[in-house]
Amino acid sequence: MSPLKISRREFLQAAGALIITVGVPGAVTTALSQILGSNAGAKPPLLPDQLDSWIAVLPDGSVTAYFGKTDMGQGIDVAIGQIVAEELDVAFEKVTVVLGDTALTCNQGGASGSTGIQLGGVALRNAAAEARRLLIERGAQHLKVPVEQLTVENGVVMVPGYALQKVSYGELIGGQYFQTKLEWNKQYGNPLAVKGKATPKKPSEYKIVGKSLRQAIVADKVYGKLKYVSDMKVEGMLHARVIRPPNAGCGPLAVDESSIKHIPGARVVREKDMIAVVAEREWNAVRAAEALKVTYAPACQPFPPMEKLHAHIRQAKVIGGETPIKKGDVDAALKTAQRVIEAEYEWPLQSHSSMGPACAVADVRADQATLLTGSQKPHYGRNGMAKLIGMAPEKIHASWIPGPGSYGRNDAGDAAMDAALISKLTGRPVRLQYMRHDATAWDPKGPAAVYRARAGLDAQGNVVAYDFFGKGFSRQDVVQTENDPKDSLAGQMTGYAPKGNILFQTPSEKYDFANKRCGWECVAPLLERASPLRTGHFRDPLGAETHFASESFIDELAHATATDPVAFRLKYLNDARHAAVIKAAAEKAGWSARTYPNPNRGKGDIMNGRGFSYTERNGTIVAVVAEVEIDRASGRVWAKRFTVAHDCGLIINPKGLEIVIEGNVVQAASRTLFEEVRFNADQVTSVDWATYPILDIADAPEKIDIVLINRPEIAPSGGGEPSTRTVPAAIANAIFDATGIRLRRVPLTRERMKEALARA
Amino acid sequence: MKYSLVVDGKSVTVDAEPAMPLLYALRSDLGLNNPKFGCGRAQCGACTVHVDGAPTRSCVTPVSTVAGKKITTLAGLGTPERPHPLQTAYIEEQVPQCGYCINGWMMTAAALLRDTPKPTDAQIRTALAGLKCRCGTHMAIMRAVKRAARTTA
Repeated sequence: MSPLKISRREFLQAAGALIITVGVPGAVTTALSQILGSNAGAKPPLLPDQLDSWIAVLPDGSVTAYFGKTDMGQGIDVAIGQIVAEELDVAFEKVTVVLGDTALTCNQGGASGSTGIQLGGVALRNAAAEARRLLIERGAQHLKVPVEQLTVENGVVMVPGYALQKVSYGELIGGQYFQTKLEWNKQYGNPLAVKGKATPKKPSEYKIVGKSLRQAIVADKVYGKLKYVSDMKVEGMLHARVIRPPNAGCGPLAVDESSIKHIPGARVVREKDMIAVVAEREWNAVRAAEALKVTYAPACQPFPPMEKLHAHIRQAKVIGGETPIKKGDVDAALKTAQRVIEAEYEWPLQSHSSMGPACAVADVRADQATLLTGSQKPHYGRNGMAKLIGMAPEKIHASWIPGPGSYGRNDAGDAAMDAALISKLTGRPVRLQYMRHDATAWDPKGPAAVYRARAGLDAQGNVVAYDFFGKGFSRQDVVQTENDPKDSLAGQMTGYAPKGNILFQTPSEKYDFANKRCGWECVAPLLERASPLRTGHFRDPLGAETHFASESFIDELAHATATDPVAFRLKYLNDARHAAVIKAAAEKAGWSARTYPNPNRGKGDIMNGRGFSYTERNGTIVAVVAEVEIDRASGRVWAKRFTVAHDCGLIINPKGLEIVIEGNVVQAASRTLFEEVRFNADQVTSVDWATYPILDIADAPEKIDIVLINRPEIAPSGGGEPSTRTVPAAIANAIFDATGIRLRRVPLTRERMKEALARA
Repeated sequence: MKYSLVVDGKSVTVDAEPAMPLLYALRSDLGLNNPKFGCGRAQCGACTVHVDGAPTRSCVTPVSTVAGKKITTLAGLGTPERPHPLQTAYIEEQVPQCGYCINGWMMTAAALLRDTPKPTDAQIRTALAGLKCRCGTHMAIMRAVKRAARTTA
């Protein structure tokens, strides 16, 4: 094997294979030393304050960047590669980005909160800039020319105008470590920050940042070559399936092992309430999971009737809350208002329902362990696994391998812990994959919520008071980091007491109402331990939910005051950047100012309408125009066209960003129109795609127009989630424009639309 | 029981019980990773292969029913050296995000383009109905299928 020509994926897979067969956590570092060359010397410890933890230059001048986050398919590694190539002045093709491996990368928090570029990219930019500074210094010594006279082109330090006065990065340091320290803020996870003495480039100097470069991994996917975590094979591994109780909250009383004795090699693995079956052949594990007879404690009806979920939330005891936005005296202003407009909105429980059920491979040995996981947070997963199996985290090597899609804390975090526990109990490497029902019914759910909004209007129709409250399940009943067994089903089924965080959301916008109050309250989970309805982070946690309510209500105020919805929003915004995004969306969509309802809504079977929405998320501003068609007979709502204006500051990769926005829009439309977790008193009855329908291509939009507003002078914020929260209200507002009917309860299904049309 | 199949042009034999789905024969016994387990209920398409040219959900197809038949997987559709027009179009349009669903979309679209080389938008939507993509790449899928149709002589 030529160490110089190995690709990132080949390397990672070689490293993965090595670690699995050898089972030694240091093996990856050994493999790295082989790649760097025999003169590399001792690698400095993998700490954020070491430049070598971030950047390596290989003998051929190619560069490896080590990124402590992961990519869920949106191509964050491309953007990071662009940033590193830019700062180092090397070709993008020469940079390989290693993602989410505990032996190779520092814990930057994994995929989390759309911070890949916003936070994670800053560390890589600073490290790459420092590496360039040091390489120029070395080049100056080598060429005996002052630093000021040198430039870098394509990884070659040179004296402009003197063709022979040059030396390449590969010649200067290839295969050796920098052995240089960086300033580190002593934090891990998303806030981790490092910097060197170098000043990164100015945006005006960028040549690679800002280009629409492609994801090389797409070709591997398209030719069926990419190995996903579910494709990992380890010598001697067992296939495992978990057995979840049919009725939530009811543990097993007895397991009839003889019920699977006819299945070759199948056996039961159990610790307390956690039951699994294993077999040498995967199909036999699947059959055993179906055949196994378990007696459970009687059903205990932990859940309210599904149709009473929101009534339950309204009445439930409040376990915590905050009112983070308080301006003026809302109560006094409401009392003196000429009119008070009020509305309530409801959002259901939703499932991540990733494309494939989660899979993880774990190999727990006496004094070391390995975890292959598709989870967004392999470093934290390693820590959680360490506690669960009683081993020091340093003895566990966790490696992120692409999984079947992830949009938050889905079932991957549970699969990792289950696999670790089953491997420990069997003493064998274990590949655990969930079945569809394990994934859909038992993943942590996006929280259900109710929102109550009130506004006071004066005699001229000005908003003088704005009062907005959300109440629902916490977005961190399951803490997203996977740092602790208490946040996993394996942990909770083997005795760890659950302890979530109490956290909700208020609207994120800049409406400058004279008196404004926004707050939230959380209610307790429906079932404390090992609940299939526990709630956690689902793409843009509580963003879609909260802004469906807040931006629907803003539209209700525009209607109440007979104001064009765009003009209404602009009237209350004093922020030029926010206003510019709204104007950009309206202009691209050909928005003409008018009040509701649509005078051209259509008199026949099809009614047309348009709706507007605008939000902000951690610095990214998004405005959306939705255009819908509604079939009067069936009630079908087709979100036919979207226009999105998006400002996330400096754009690293425009085409990549557009594709990410498209995914957000389609997924958010799916959540708005189709998605609701169904359950009865004892169990979740959404167990597959038939019982948890999502958007079909028949309902995909005809067109999504995207206006990217590039602001090179503003540091980049995130693009992975912000457009999600803007979509739901845009659709609901378009439905109102088309029909005069305000749907305040998601999902906006054809049944609900038809019923509302019949009542109207 | 032993079953002989032709998979991506190669004759192979699988020793399995008759009810075992084809998906497990491909993945466990033949080491072909590209068809994926998505639901096991023929609801999503992630396991789709061609059986004698027809897009088929391998997760519910007993291996005994495909003995002697010609199976084509995504890897058999084309290679980087000799790509299928859809594979080229998927790269041009950068379609997949997680990519776990693409066996269904690509194998179904390949059959559509073979039988209907110049499909309308409505024909594409009808042919691909029922397939699932959770990342929401539907817009890019439509663009890619249309691009492939344009580039197929």
